[in-house]
Amino acid sequence: MATVETIGIRKHFGDVVALDGVDLESKEGEFLVLLGPSGCGKTTLLRIIAGLEQPSAGDVMIGRLVVNHLPPRARHIAMVFQSYALYPHKSVFGNIAFPLKAQGMPKAERAKKVEWAATMFGIERLLGRKPRELSGGERQRVALARAMVREPNVFLLDEPLSNLDAKLRTSARNELLQFQRSVGTTTIYVTHDQVEAMGMGDRIAVMHQGKLRQLGTPQEIYDEPNDTFVAGFLGSPSMNLVEREDVIVGFRPETFLPRALSTAPRNASVRFQVRLLRVESLGSDRLLYGVLRGPSGEQQVIAKLSSTVPLPVHPGETEEFVIATRDLRFFDRDTGLRTQARSFSL
Amino acid sequence: MSSAAPARRRAYFLDREDWLGRVMIAPAVIYIAALIGMPFFLALFYSFSNITVGTEELHFVGLKNFRAILDTPGFQVALKNSFIFTFVSQAIVLILAKILALSLVRDFRGKWVVRLLIILPWVAPISLGAIGWLWMLDSIYSIVNWGLRAVGIFGPSTWPIWLGLPKLAMASVIAVHVWRLLPLATIILLAGLTSIPRDIQEAAAADGARFWRQLFEITIPMVLPIMGVAVLFGIVFTFTDMIVIFVLTRGGPFDSTHVLASLAFFTGIEGGDLAEGAAIALFLFPLLVAVAFLMLRLARRSEVT
Repeated sequence: MATVETIGIRKHFGDVVALDGVDLESKEGEFLVLLGPSGCGKTTLLRIIAGLEQPSAGDVMIGRLVVNHLPPRARHIAMVFQSYALYPHKSVFGNIAFPLKAQGMPKAERAKKVEWAATMFGIERLLGRKPRELSGGERQRVALARAMVREPNVFLLDEPLSNLDAKLRTSARNELLQFQRSVGTTTIYVTHDQVEAMGMGDRIAVMHQGKLRQLGTPQEIYDEPNDTFVAGFLGSPSMNLVEREDVIVGFRPETFLPRALSTAPRNASVRFQVRLLRVESLGSDRLLYGVLRGPSGEQQVIAKLSSTVPLPVHPGETEEFVIATRDLRFFDRDTGLRTQARSFSL
Repeated sequence: MSSAAPARRRAYFLDREDWLGRVMIAPAVIYIAALIGMPFFLALFYSFSNITVGTEELHFVGLKNFRAILDTPGFQVALKNSFIFTFVSQAIVLILAKILALSLVRDFRGKWVVRLLIILPWVAPISLGAIGWLWMLDSIYSIVNWGLRAVGIFGPSTWPIWLGLPKLAMASVIAVHVWRLLPLATIILLAGLTSIPRDIQEAAAADGARFWRQLFEITIPMVLPIMGVAVLFGIVFTFTDMIVIFVLTRGGPFDSTHVLASLAFFTGIEGGDLAEGAAIALFLFPLLVAVAFLMLRLARRSEVT
């Protein structure tokens, strides 16, 4: 077991800056998710931690030791690739046994260990097969078994579920999480899927343009975003961001309610006149698309209502919508960073 | 009416896929039959006859030619040499090509220059290259000897006659052939190496494999089908080749460097005994059939997966 720490990691490929000073510290046994849009540098950071890429500046520490100069094999990490990267010419047994063979483990012990890992992922009956004879879900399990068979200190996973279909992904998510909880190995998991991140991570590190934007528990990141990027990236639909004077006011669609449904007292809430354009039914929820008029023109806003409550408003009409003051978040208009709560004119 | 009928007939013919297909493939079949099939059957026919360059009538003599050549020591040497020449040069080519391809797959400055230099022996006409080597291995002017003496590797009494001693001559012929075949093998292997996904190489590195394990357990098994193609091509090129030997040694010294192809040429064309020359050349046939069979199997296997 070990923690992973990156200190001031920078990486540029030619003129392109992939990572621009990333400081990140994982906790012991934690499931840490690196979340961000594609091109944000999350995979590069993972590869630098694995030792597959050298940082242009900064240090990587695993278990309190600087490992910058160590090759991947000496870092006691295991990595699962997005493509799974199974060895096509080896059987499932050969694939899982490969890291043990590289360690120089005796043959008999190796077989026992492979058996154990295969049982853990329920792939014992596949040991004789070649990767091309496996389904996507089976390949993913083989990749996980191969990664964990030598009991690494750190697991590095690069979007391991993105090649599975939606249904399989949900069950694979649960299995992976359960497995991580049972072995308690520090895990760093890269994804661009916020649902995966919210559902799996003990903590989430949100990255954007080579920088770490926020590190916190899923709830912290969702409720108290550090800046407008994080606010806009998480949540479906994402936070409404409305410009008022020199401040950006943010509120989640589910806190933005027609007056008839709001229980917030008048002195602890803000009211907006919204012209409702369209109502979209998503089955369990309804999305209400509207515009509100402000000093700088019209702005799009979205409200989210559960399908179980009756709809008190009608498209085409202008209605009053209410948000409790405690659900408002404020961001600086120039920097996008979170600022103190303040009053503003509607 | 008279003009419409042929037009309709032509359209009708173009619509018949069975006939059109045959017509379209006919040039290739005729070409192969005329330039490969006919000489082959002619050689087969000659090898059972008593034909020479000067005869006007020929007689069927059964297996006499084959019996005659099997008994000559020259033939036995040539047969043995053919195999030595082919397999030794292929083994060396394979190892060197692998090393070159592994180094060329990495990125470094001036890579294109190195690539250009490596491909050069292949694009230069082989006879020109061989003549260049003839001078470099010359008994008096050999730049190899002068060079090695200048840097102090050869002492004042060391002066190997590269093409004048049987063992040295064979080694020289093999070396020149390696020089010639290396580019193609390197390029083929390079193509194979670049086709291995980077993820897999990196997975092996993360799994703890060092260079040699990665090479023998991951890289080589994954390029094996492509290596097979390179080797089979190399065998065909080497086994049937006589240019290098023809230019460098003409089979000498003392007929010690003849291979089947050169012996067939010297017996049949230079010596005028067409029947015996044809019989010698026919000994190339079984090995080439085996190679062709393996090639077709390899091609089929890579088609399936």
